[in-house]
Amino acid sequence: MSGYSAEAKPRMGFFTDTSVCIGCKACEVACKEWNVIPEDGLVWTGESYDNTSTLGANSWRHVAFVEQREAARTDDDSEDPLRWLMSSDVCKHCTHAACLDVCPTGALFRTEFGTVVVQEDVCNGCGYCVPACPFGVLDKRHLPSKPGDAPLELPLLGKKEDGRVWKCTLCYDRLKGGHEPACAKACPTDSIQFGEVDELRERAHKRLEKLEAEGWNGAQLYLDGPEDGIGGGGAFFLLLDEPEVYGLPPDPVVTTKHLSEMWVTTAIAAAATVVGAALAFLGGRS
Amino acid sequence: MTTSITERGTEMRSYYGRPILKEPVWKSEIPVYFFTGGIAGGCSVLHGLARVARQERLAKTALYVGAAADVVSPILLISDLGRPERFLNMLRVFKVTSPMSVGSWVLLVSGGASTTAAVLERLGILKRVKVAAEAVSFLAGPPLATYTGTLIADTAIPVWHEARHELPWLFGASASASAGAATALWLPPEEAGPARRLAILGAAGALGWKEAMQRRLGFVGEVYEKDEAGRYGRLAKGLTAAGAGLLAMRGKRSRAAAVTGSALVLAGELALRFSVFKAGFQAARDPRYTVIPQRERLGSS
Repeated sequence: MSGYSAEAKPRMGFFTDTSVCIGCKACEVACKEWNVIPEDGLVWTGESYDNTSTLGANSWRHVAFVEQREAARTDDDSEDPLRWLMSSDVCKHCTHAACLDVCPTGALFRTEFGTVVVQEDVCNGCGYCVPACPFGVLDKRHLPSKPGDAPLELPLLGKKEDGRVWKCTLCYDRLKGGHEPACAKACPTDSIQFGEVDELRERAHKRLEKLEAEGWNGAQLYLDGPEDGIGGGGAFFLLLDEPEVYGLPPDPVVTTKHLSEMWVTTAIAAAATVVGAALAFLGGRS
Repeated sequence: MTTSITERGTEMRSYYGRPILKEPVWKSEIPVYFFTGGIAGGCSVLHGLARVARQERLAKTALYVGAAADVVSPILLISDLGRPERFLNMLRVFKVTSPMSVGSWVLLVSGGASTTAAVLERLGILKRVKVAAEAVSFLAGPPLATYTGTLIADTAIPVWHEARHELPWLFGASASASAGAATALWLPPEEAGPARRLAILGAAGALGWKEAMQRRLGFVGEVYEKDEAGRYGRLAKGLTAAGAGLLAMRGKRSRAAAVTGSALVLAGELALRFSVFKAGFQAARDPRYTVIPQRERLGSS
């Protein structure tokens, strides 16, 4: 990683192979346990087995469940086909990360492993990264305020509104100690694979070739290379349907890609306010 | 999984209709700041030009109004932070990739300069320092008036990001309108000519740019017709047009008409900021505005 010179490490990331996900949610639990993430209320959504619903300040892994009247394999000609898609979503640790670009305090930074992490002792809760993320990953931590909803007093936090933003750190503390992230460690089927991004990409392409040869319906890689609008994800996926089916944007683009043209527009519009005001002086004093 | 049929007849798939993006977490301090920051920036310009034109009463009024807006602005911003006690962290770094970082520095310079100039003007001392502070304030004013458009355009929210070429113009025009109106409020009509005409010109610009922005946004722009964005938008249009019309027709002769017209323009510009602000929330909430334009982009490439 640039800027780290001798301390730089190979870029580390996740390859999430959803074709072997069994929806056990061990990743969600392991993540909450290791990172001491507070409970944020229990809600029954009725959306298959998914009661987490989305990534957020208190959910850094989220397993999506999609029930489809579609065949799992292209050679399946049964009259009433059925398949159940499961996918464990996570922060993408983008190559071009909008959250990191727009953060005005430098709280968000790129680690020596190439991952994107919030420094919680620096974040002042300005909230800019929240709408900047093209995947809706970051959020401020809002803890339930109604009595009976969820634990009111969390010993580790001590207050109901935390004010800062939170997201997956790719277990920065564990990486520092030479361990793999908690979710990957807990995953019983190796659906979540942790390793050097270059090596994971090779592995993902081989896996896709195998699934295509076996006739899996809709198999595709998502965020697996530098061609897309975020320059590829440090965390990327093998999906079995279009990204939007899993709640992922089909063509995410880092917003700062257009920032230089935005600054030019800002400067011209700024100059125009002077011209406009000068015009207002043409008619004299009254 | 749900499949929804959009109003355009396009089939769109989503994850139980859930949003892909997160709604902003900003509270109503932020659109109010867009308004006060606009007044501060616009007043710096008006004040500087009035000095050059030797219209001293207009210059002083614009200076005081701008300095007041410059004092209110950071209070609003700090109040919106999740950790207000850490507001100084904004000044740890200067990042050109973050319009909020650039804006924090611009506001610091603008606020420091305009309040210094206003205090020295009031005390009648240190003429040279005052003139230097006025010059700095004049330079910081225009970017202060327009950068907030880029601040929201530099997000993943489609209704903001796709309007990146209109928002700085819209916010600049709105800032000019509100600075002119806020200054004209305190002046007799025979001294308020440039302020009044700036209010009318800015109001016309803001009405035009809002319309142009909505049209160019196309499908995504429909959020401006709906719910809160729509209600604030219609309110802004009515108030701004009525205020600018009153200023244009009666503002030169009647003080009462000038005050009423200025107040209407100010209310209209505040409503405009809320309309744009709320549109971002509405667009983030509905996955159609995220998925459909991206699918079209993929289809056309």
